[in-house]
Parts: sequence; structure tokens; C-alpha cells
Amino acid sequence: MAKILDKKLVSPAVYELVIEAPLIARKCKPGQFVIVLSDPESERVPFTIADFDREKGTITMIIQVVGNTSRHICEDYETGDEWDNIVGPLGQPSEMKNFGTVVCVGGGIGVAPVYPIARAYKELGNKVISIIGARNKELVLWEDRMRAVSDELIVCTDDGSYGHKGFVTDPLKTMLEKGVKVDYVIAIGPVIMMRNVARTTEPFNVFTAVSLNTIMVDGTGMCGGCRVLVGGENKFACVDGPEFDAHKVDFANLMERQKMYKNQESVEWGCGGACKCLK
Amino acid sequence: MLKVNRHAMPEQPAAIRRRNFEEVALGYDEATAIEEAKRCLNCPKPRCVGGCPVNIYIPKFIHAVSEGDFASAIKIIKEKSSLPAVCGRVCPQEKQCESRCVLGIKGEPVAIGRLERFVADYAREHGLDKVDPSEVAPKNGKKIAIVGSGPSGLACAGVLAQKGYDVTIFEVLHAAGGVLMYGIPQFRLPKEIVQHEIEGLKQMGVHIQTNAIIGRTFTIDELMKEEGFDAVYIATGAGLPHFMHIPGEQFNGVYAANEFLTRVNLMKAYTFPRAATPVFIGKKVAVVGGGNVAMDAARTAMRLGAEHVYIVYRRGEDELPARKEEVGHAKEEGIEFCLLNNPVRIVGDEQGWVTGIECIRMELGEPDASGRRSPVEIKGSNYILEADEVIMAIGQGPNPLIHQTTPDLEVNRRGNIVADENGATSMPGVYAGGDIVTGAATVISAMGAGKKAAAAIDEYLTK
Repeated sequence: MAKILDKKLVSPAVYELVIEAPLIARKCKPGQFVIVLSDPESERVPFTIADFDREKGTITMIIQVVGNTSRHICEDYETGDEWDNIVGPLGQPSEMKNFGTVVCVGGGIGVAPVYPIARAYKELGNKVISIIGARNKELVLWEDRMRAVSDELIVCTDDGSYGHKGFVTDPLKTMLEKGVKVDYVIAIGPVIMMRNVARTTEPFNVFTAVSLNTIMVDGTGMCGGCRVLVGGENKFACVDGPEFDAHKVDFANLMERQKMYKNQESVEWGCGGACKCLK
Repeated sequence: MLKVNRHAMPEQPAAIRRRNFEEVALGYDEATAIEEAKRCLNCPKPRCVGGCPVNIYIPKFIHAVSEGDFASAIKIIKEKSSLPAVCGRVCPQEKQCESRCVLGIKGEPVAIGRLERFVADYAREHGLDKVDPSEVAPKNGKKIAIVGSGPSGLACAGVLAQKGYDVTIFEVLHAAGGVLMYGIPQFRLPKEIVQHEIEGLKQMGVHIQTNAIIGRTFTIDELMKEEGFDAVYIATGAGLPHFMHIPGEQFNGVYAANEFLTRVNLMKAYTFPRAATPVFIGKKVAVVGGGNVAMDAARTAMRLGAEHVYIVYRRGEDELPARKEEVGHAKEEGIEFCLLNNPVRIVGDEQGWVTGIECIRMELGEPDASGRRSPVEIKGSNYILEADEVIMAIGQGPNPLIHQTTPDLEVNRRGNIVADENGATSMPGVYAGGDIVTGAATVISAMGAGKKAAAAIDEYLTK
């Protein structure tokens, strides 16, 4: 059981949830994820851990409502309610060391999983430059939190309603072209953004990690559904990842694989969600 | 004595069952069970018992059945096996107990598996298998952690709980049962039956902690040093699916059998969208492999509505590792067998969806190290088998998580935990058994390993 201690809408269709999960909070490290199965007829869905409090025994997740299951677990449960199942921490933690200068890139709700990583890099003595982006001002997530753990924070919006107008790759590219010495880049966000960050840093030979949120069932290596091509090899995002060397990830294949259940997703959404109207 | 033939098992007709998820075999009725039981010669030196990995005293329970004393029959079975309704359904009896039956020399052996299943089902339906608290030893104050709630972990838990140990099973999934829940389909092993057998263990005082991933939530060392467990039994199974490493395995519509079966069995995707987990439903489904998992995947695909389901296997019919009964069931249900065919590449369209498998035809050569005749490619015989879904059922390896997080635990080069015949590993107090030690095998051999380890743990903690 996982009790929802706090739930708030942070931007349209994006919820911040604080979950009572002491066993996970005790052990989780930046970069790891959990799987939620809210009730027996729902779906097992992976979410990266956005924050944790070891003393209070809580973890924080940011969930964007994109399909039936994310809608169900966010909107059919209120503060004080419980999800039946949560398991974690899963996956390999982010590589933790003092690299020198680290650029942390977060796009959309990808800012949330970047946050604990950026904080840890800062604590390890890295110079942390963060670039966060969203489609518009309303969707910019966790700016204050990111500012607090970054030496420098650049905010981008696609429409220019706030901060720099353009994509997160623009300031990153400018920085690299100006010769800023960047030792490590971590980028989390939509697949297309991660691919573009990889393309931006590749000519400059800067190691870049991306965190892949693939299709998953069990999240422990058992099903093989999360496999991605990394350097031409089959890797399982759940146990080998979720972070991989961005310059080796086959993003085109990843984007195709994300469409595996496109038809079924529309069936679900068409019924109005987990309204149980089918019973 | 009048010779009576082995009694057939009533089944759902193939033409109907190939499109539903109801159980295929319907089970004996009381009268048939008694008649079948009367065939047993009650040999003074029964050979069948030695053929059972958990040594159920077979003639004794069958004798009770022949007298209509089903309450005694279940007691006799339960002395040795905590999962009779499961074993009666999925054990390869034809290779074990039944293969040793004296009647089998000139005719057909006693249907031991069907009788075991009958007894377990009768007991469940009539409440005869409730745990008698007086038969469970008083708590001895010692704590045992079991990692994994598949057949091996459950069998180990049953024995240790009976002896008075405080047993906790840690299961990473949300439901206990391991492969019995996610792997073996509903039509061969109804999940309600698995849960009933697990309920019996809970009545004996076994705790089951689901959603606990050992290696992350707790490490093996933490279980022993911080959580106060006196011994640990690792029974995590063969979890990591193998792929062939041929081009095209990334196409959409290509599944590992584990994923396909987990979606359908554990997550109930066959009821989608009532259950929210989807599964891709192919029209032409090619299943690569020839074992029981391949048969399960093929028959599941047929039930989901496929027009054609192919088993693609590189050796011949005699070499199929699946149980004969399962192969027979699959054929009756219209599964097409493409034997002596080896996939060399998976082909797909520009949108990334699978459209077929390129296979090469094979012929059988000399027997290899395993004694099976090894297949040899026929040059230039390549062709494309059209398929919009491909399911890889070519085996599973061990999950590396426990080994990665337990430096003192010795594993072999394949990543299987090294354990002796009693399950003892390189770490004192840490035992292992089932598929994590042997590689993918059967439910009953995993149970046998669990029972042996339980005896070894008991000895270790009482010496």
C-alpha cells in the first residue's frame, strides 16, 4: 500500500504527489524509479523518483496525465487514499562523482527526475549548470527548486512566454560553442529532446547521459519489454538503465517502440478512462 | 484380473477451447477417480515414489482414493507437497512417477497426475485441505527469509512453517506465485487455484511481503544482519528472457514470451480494456522455440484471436522439449508446426512493425553433446514466413540483481548461483535453489530443491 500524503496540480494536467513509501525512501538514489499499480485492474507504470525524504519516509513523484492509466492514478485518488502497490527503488542509480562542470537538462516534466540528480551533483562539489524547458511559462516546473541546487539556471520556453525563447538545446549549444568546459551532461525529457541534446553534445565529445522511460511491465528484468538498442546491443532499461550513453542510444527505434500500443491507448481513452463502464 | 484401461481426462473440445481462457482439462469425477485408483497394484516396493521429485507416497494416497477416502488422500499428499493442485496439472508425470509405473511396462501407467489433481480439487471444493493448527509445530523463534514466491520458494516455506519457523517470503511483483502467476496460462493453471494454495501457506503462518525487491529494498546481507533473519533461501527463478540476437528483434510486435505471457496472465490483458494492460493481438503469430513456454505462448495467441499461429523450431518433432501432452493440445487447437526451421532475421516495415521472419530450413545431423540430433542448415533454403507478431520463447537466464548486490555470493559464468545438492551456497546461512541455480527447469524440480533446502536450513539452525 502507498498512501498519498499530498497531491497538487502544479500545471495543467501535471500532478505533484507525495507518497508514503518508507522502504523506498530509505534506499532510493537519484536516477532510480518506482512502479505503481494502483489497483488490480490497472497497469504497472514506471515513474522516476523526483524527490525523497528519508526521515519522513516519503517520495515525491511528478505525473503528467497522458493516457488512461496516468489519469486514473492521479485523478481517481485523493490525498489520504492509497494505491495498492508501489515497488522500488528500481534501476541503476545515476553515476555519482565530481566530474567538474555538469549540465543538467530537463524538459517538461523531465525537470522533476533531473532535480535530485542535480542536487546530488551539487553536493558532490560539481559546478551545476541547469537548463530547464517547457512549452510555455505555465508549464515550467520546479524553477525554484532547480535554482536552489544550481550555480546557474537557464529557463527556456518554446513560445518565449518566459525566459529564453527556444529549445533547451539552444543555450547548451551556445555554451559549448563559446568553449565553456563541460565535463558531463545529463538530459531527461521527451525522447525527441533527449535525441537533440545528444546531437548537440556529440560534436563536442561531451559525455551525455539520458534517462529512458520505455514501455515496461515488471521493471525487474523479467519481461524484456523495455529493451533499447544501445551501441547496437540489446539493453534492458529497467535493469541496465534507465540511464544510458546518449551518443549510443538508437533514438529512432526508441520512438518507434513507444508507439507499440498506440491503438490500444486510443481504445482506453475512448471509453473515458477507468470509468468501469465496461463492467 | 480384468484389465482396465487408463481413464481418459475429460477436456473442453479443441474447437471451443482454442478461443477461450477456461481450463482445458476438466478433471475426473469421483467415480472415474475411484475406478482409475483401483488400477494401482499397490506395489510393495513402489517405483513411482522414486520418480517424484518430492517423494509423495503415491500408492498410499491412491489406495485412499480407491476407497473413496479423499480426506486421507489429501493428507498423505500434503505431507510431501504443499501445491498438489498445481503439480497435478503441470508436472511432467509421464517423465517422472508415471514413467516408473509397473503397469506402464505392458500397458498404460496409472494416471497418477490426474488423481493428484482430482484429490487436490476435491479437497479444495469440500474444504478438506484447511490447515489443522495442531499439525503445525509451535513457533521456534527463528526467522527465515525466502526470496521469490514461485514454486521453489513456496515449497520451502511450506516445510519450514510446518516445523515452526517464522517464514517471510519476499516477492517483487504485486502478486505471489511467481511463474505460476505470470508464466503458466489460466487455461492450464487457473490463477484462483494458485492463490488458494498460497492461502494455505498463509494459514500456516507464512508472511508474504509483495512489492519487495531483494537487492534494492533489502540486500541479502541486510536481511541477515539488520532484519534479523537466521537464514535466507534464494529462489528467484530464471527471470531474464533470452533473445536470439538476430537482426530485427527491436521491431514492434516482437515479444519475449515472458512479456507476452505476463501481460496476458498476470495483468489479464485478455480482458482489455477492462484490465488496463494492453497486449498486441496478431493475425499471424510466429512463436520461436519448442518448449512448454513456446506452447503456452502459441496457445495464448490463438485464444486472443490469431488466424494462424506457428511454432518455429530448429529441430524435429522428437526433439521438442515441451511435454507431449502440450504439443498434442497445441496441434488439436490448430497451432501449425514449422519444424526444422531456424530464424535468421526478423523483417519489418518502414514504421518499425514486424512483417515476418526469414527462416532457413534445417536437416538433422549427428547427435550432439545433449544426445539430441543437431540440426544443420540446408544452404539456400531461406524463405520468409509472414507474421505480424513474433514471440521469442527460447529460454531465460538468471536475474543479476542479487548477485550484483551480494559480493560474497558465488555464481557461475552464466550467472547462476552456485549451490550444493542441499542448496547451500558460498555464504553460511544462505541457500538457493530452483531455476536460479539450475537454469530454467520444471515447477516440480524447483519444488524439490525448495524442500531439500528447507531440510538443510532446519539442520543448519538446529545443530
